[in-house]
Amino acid sequence: MRIATAKQSYSSDEALLRTNTQWAWMGILALALLAAPFLLDGYWLYLACLVTINVASATGLNILTGFTGLVSLGQAAFMAVGAYTVAVLQRDVGTPFLFNLLAAGALTAIVGVLVGLPSLRVKGLYLAIATIAASFILHFVFVNWQSLTNGPSGISLEPATFFGAPLTSNFHLYWVFVPITALMVLGAANLFRTRIGRAFIAIRDRDISAEVLGIPLLRYKLLSFAISSFYAGIAGGMWAYFFRVVTPESFPFITSIFFLAAIIVGGMGTILGGIVGAVFMTLVPELLRFLVEWASPFVPNAGTLLSPVRTVVFGALIVGFLVFEPQGMAEIIQRIRRFFHLWPFRK
Amino acid sequence: MNEAPREAGRLEVQGLSLSFGGLKALRDVSFAVEAGSITALIGPNGAGKTSMFNCISGFYRPQQGRILFDGENVTARHAPARAKLGFARTFQNIALFRGMTVLDNIKLGRHAHMKSNALQALAYWGAARREEIALREEIEKRIIDFLEINHIRHMPVGSLPYGLQKRVELARALAMKPRILLLDEPVAGMNREETEDMARFILDVKEEWGTTILMVEHDMGMVMDISDHVVVLNFGQVIAQGLPSEVQADPRVVEAYLGSGDPAALMKRINETQEAA
Ligand SMILES: Nc1ncnc2c1ncn2[C@@H]1O[C@H](COP(=O)(O)OP(=O)(O)OP(=O)(O)O)[C@@H](O)[C@H]1O
Ligand SMILES: [Mg+2]
Repeated sequence: MRIATAKQSYSSDEALLRTNTQWAWMGILALALLAAPFLLDGYWLYLACLVTINVASATGLNILTGFTGLVSLGQAAFMAVGAYTVAVLQRDVGTPFLFNLLAAGALTAIVGVLVGLPSLRVKGLYLAIATIAASFILHFVFVNWQSLTNGPSGISLEPATFFGAPLTSNFHLYWVFVPITALMVLGAANLFRTRIGRAFIAIRDRDISAEVLGIPLLRYKLLSFAISSFYAGIAGGMWAYFFRVVTPESFPFITSIFFLAAIIVGGMGTILGGIVGAVFMTLVPELLRFLVEWASPFVPNAGTLLSPVRTVVFGALIVGFLVFEPQGMAEIIQRIRRFFHLWPFRK
Repeated sequence: MNEAPREAGRLEVQGLSLSFGGLKALRDVSFAVEAGSITALIGPNGAGKTSMFNCISGFYRPQQGRILFDGENVTARHAPARAKLGFARTFQNIALFRGMTVLDNIKLGRHAHMKSNALQALAYWGAARREEIALREEIEKRIIDFLEINHIRHMPVGSLPYGLQKRVELARALAMKPRILLLDEPVAGMNREETEDMARFILDVKEEWGTTILMVEHDMGMVMDISDHVVVLNFGQVIAQGLPSEVQADPRVVEAYLGSGDPAALMKRINETQEAA
């Protein structure tokens, strides 16, 4: 029947992965993720877990800042809310792992909505300042609500158990974190195939004409804050299970800037951008560290000389991206993709 | 989702006044747009036509007057609520989302009539999935074919020539299930051929969809050809309205349009504005 085929072709045309090449890349990525924990040793596995957590958080910030155009410097504080939620639930209630993570997401979403309330009136830099203010208020709460947060000394966590299995090592955590983050990234990608994601982008690009199209600005800005903070909360929760101690200093303000830099370097407003940005920001300093260690025997006084160089190089790399590819690494990847699309022997 | 177009609405503007500080952009404007008709709103530059559109679509709050849609007073409603009621517009300076594809721009038009929530969207499951695919199908069959934009559906809007962008904007307005279309200078900056195409599309919308159309346009040839009723604004006031042929012959209209070249008429207008201010 013709209509049936037409329908099928529309739904496949609306699919996330449309070409065989895309499926192939996804397969390679999945294989790499499956093989990684067996190939990586302790420190690299630790980094893999950290990257996974950061990808989840960066993707969340990208929804808010990259896709909806609402600049937030509250990401670290939102992650802290998630981390504390998990820590307190584990210490005082003993609810299961997944429940705690979801609760962390939900509570952080509520906090995010409250922090987002000024967004109807203020934009850009002013909104960023409002989120900074909220971060400091939250920090104050973490330090001073002693009975709940244990003040500056913070809360230590027992290793989590996942359906009875203890998650004692990074090897275990990896197998839980990676699927969670993968689901979160998939969710974000899905969001932008639907009316809600389109509304976010419309608000970012032209908020006034978005209204004429029937998009109520405040509701959607708050929804974006809610979803983004939900992501931050879950990332923070994973962070708590990973480091097993949460203090008010666990999520310093610089962490918010770290995530903002990640989505800028990776590519604002693209799902891929959040991922590659988080990977870059997490791994490049480590790679540079290895370079420095490797160079140490050849350079006298290496420790004092090279470690500032490392910071400078990292900074220069970020600035380089801003200058030479303001659209971020995702755009570079797209360009390479387009290049191969024109390859003579490809279909 | 292949529903018939929604019933055309009748718009009535009563005694509308709007000022920006000291500047009176609209003064006691009244007119009606009959259901299913094409009404043209014309007037020299700065006459207040776009301001009128902004009042109708809910951007600007007029200081005085009422806007009735099928008899219902919508003056207090916000823009998104009016969009849902069936007010759809295009903009004088195209207001498309340049980074999005043509399809996504058109889909945006349907926003107010879709229902899926955030959870369904994150999972792309159930209502969200069904709704998106049905929308895609309907856009393909009823809008993309109709406006002959099949070849550009996956292109980012920013890469398209001006004339096509205007057409995409009309497509997006049609996706809004309009009961009244507000078109602000739909053929401005177009060449002869593009203008004729657009005029044909507008007539087809009226005939096939039965939608009420209110358009602002400077191209008098097109206005006279396709409109059923013409309203002339000058300095924020309605100076004439009626059939195209009546308006064309009206000396006040001729003066308003040609006045700037005639020193006596110019003086008269300056005096009038000073009195009004
Ligand atoms: N937001 C605003 N603030 C201040 N003045 C405005 C604003 N919008 C319009 N005006 C003024 O109101 C008057 C009417 O402008 P409007 O844009 O409605 O004219 P128009 O009839 O659409 O003209 P054109 O044919 O050039 O598009 C002009 O004098 C304009 O400068
Ligand atoms: Mg105008």
